[in-house]
Amino acid sequence: MEEDRRHLLAIIITIMAGFGIAKSSIPFLVSLQPTTETLAQATDSMEVDLTHLAPGESMVVTWQNKPIWIIRRTQAMLDNLSNIHSLLRDPDSSTEQQPFYARNEYRSLNPEYLILIGLCTHLGCSPKFKPIPGELNSKWPGGLYCPCHGSKFDLAGRVMKGVPAPINLKIPPYRFINMHTVVIGENPNLV
Amino acid sequence: MSSADKNLTPKNIINWISERFPINEYIHQHLTHYYLPKNLNFWYFFGSLSLFTFFLQILSGIWLTLFYTPTPEGAFTSIEMMMRDIPYGWLFRYLHSTGASAFFLIIYAHIFRSLLYGSYKKPRELVWLLGVCLYIILLLEAFLGYLLPWGQTSYWASQIGTSLLDSIPKIGPMLMVWIRGNNIVSGETLHRFFAFHVIAIPLILVFLIRLHLTALHKVGCNNPEGISVLAKQNLHNKTLYKVPFHPYYSVKEFHALLIFLLIFSIIVFFVPEMHGYFLEANNFIPANPLFTPSHIEPIWYLAPLYGVLCVIPNKSLGILIMLGVICMPFVLPWLDRSPVRSMRYRGYYSRCALAIFILSFGLFNYMSTTILTPNKIFLLQILLLNYFLFFLFMPFYTKYEKNKPLPKSICGK
Repeated sequence: MEEDRRHLLAIIITIMAGFGIAKSSIPFLVSLQPTTETLAQATDSMEVDLTHLAPGESMVVTWQNKPIWIIRRTQAMLDNLSNIHSLLRDPDSSTEQQPFYARNEYRSLNPEYLILIGLCTHLGCSPKFKPIPGELNSKWPGGLYCPCHGSKFDLAGRVMKGVPAPINLKIPPYRFINMHTVVIGENPNLV
Repeated sequence: MSSADKNLTPKNIINWISERFPINEYIHQHLTHYYLPKNLNFWYFFGSLSLFTFFLQILSGIWLTLFYTPTPEGAFTSIEMMMRDIPYGWLFRYLHSTGASAFFLIIYAHIFRSLLYGSYKKPRELVWLLGVCLYIILLLEAFLGYLLPWGQTSYWASQIGTSLLDSIPKIGPMLMVWIRGNNIVSGETLHRFFAFHVIAIPLILVFLIRLHLTALHKVGCNNPEGISVLAKQNLHNKTLYKVPFHPYYSVKEFHALLIFLLIFSIIVFFVPEMHGYFLEANNFIPANPLFTPSHIEPIWYLAPLYGVLCVIPNKSLGILIMLGVICMPFVLPWLDRSPVRSMRYRGYYSRCALAIFILSFGLFNYMSTTILTPNKIFLLQILLLNYFLFFLFMPFYTKYEKNKPLPKSICGK
């Protein structure tokens, strides 16, 4: 009887102590999460002037600490996008990697400008802009190439087959104020 | 108490301590009466050498923290200042960076010794498991420390390493941001990696090393013949086949240490960068979160893990296989069905398998540091397959091979 009582008490103490230790670990774990200041950046927006971006060129800006790629595509680049569907994993952008208004062949509001988060969907490196067909190998249609693990994307940020990256590059929310000014981080007023 | 006992002679002081602390018992148990087989060869020096390298890393590491600033603005410049303006600052940095590479080379030799003489087999399974844990924690320690110079390779290696968490279903993306303390690798990440690298992980290493040694001293050291020394002798003959660690092996290991220090010093003083293998060119460029270098050259001891991710064209599968590569050695003691420990008396299957394994592992390590082409990727995939086949076929080739007869004692004859 005495043995049973002690055994029960030991079990209760072990469970309560385990519970206490688990609860005490919360402050230590929670302190590691991003600060409110860092989290507030998620709602920030920024204006980018595109006046000096020539057709066929690209520029990089920082938004939410991430590199944002802006590529001004030429007509030849745009024409090529519909011819390479067989090379792509998700040519119709069915994975939720873009705002609804960028879910089209060009993955953009204005086909001329491609705006995307320049971090590879494999393991977060920043890909290289390789726009010239044949630049990487004889079959290269022009696009983005990640130097870390060799993932390839076309000039709409769509992932190609046979590479480690699983999905298309992410498109941030953005809207145009006028022909040459874009606001990244805000959705357009679509009616 | 007589007046002679009250004099502060060294002998009296030692007596005073030993009456209150088991120092003599400790020396007795772990040094002067810790018996080892007589026939240990040079492969057995790497255990104590790795312990020495560990203390060297602690010492040089403490001195690095004296001059290092763990912020994105200060990290790179504080190291450059250390290299140029602090007297002998370059020495602390090169000791630490060369020491890291030396540590891994020594650990690989130490692990190879276990595979060669079957030191992971019964009754030393726990020594082996603790050793594998130590190796994994050491990889983690190296990975965390690798961010601290805040160079380009540092930065992108950490960006890749923390992105691995992203592929965990459901909680992955949240976990990744939690570990980084930001959306991308940033100042918060640098600061916490610094803290874990200099205090948390080293303490775990000290603890695990202690467990590793305690387990070893409980079961005793294996030997190149792979047989139990006392199997056919009675206990009174113990000293015929075994000698105490101190002075017999401590003298030999001191000699090995001198040879190691000679080679180590030559590297530290004359080729500390080892032509990009110990310190890469890209890491002398400050970290730029907007620009990944066109050719990533990972540090050699992290390169095989990077290589696995490169050659598997699927994100989740690549990460799973990488984890498989790291965790496979855990089950080794139970995959090996051979009644014989040492390769000296094993059949040809085991010996060939080990040779192919070592060649594959070595070549995989080397090729992962080079620029990958489609042909190389194909070869790397085959080498990776070899790595797994060594383990997966082990229960069969160790069971059905023809072994040589075992000797009756470790002294032959």
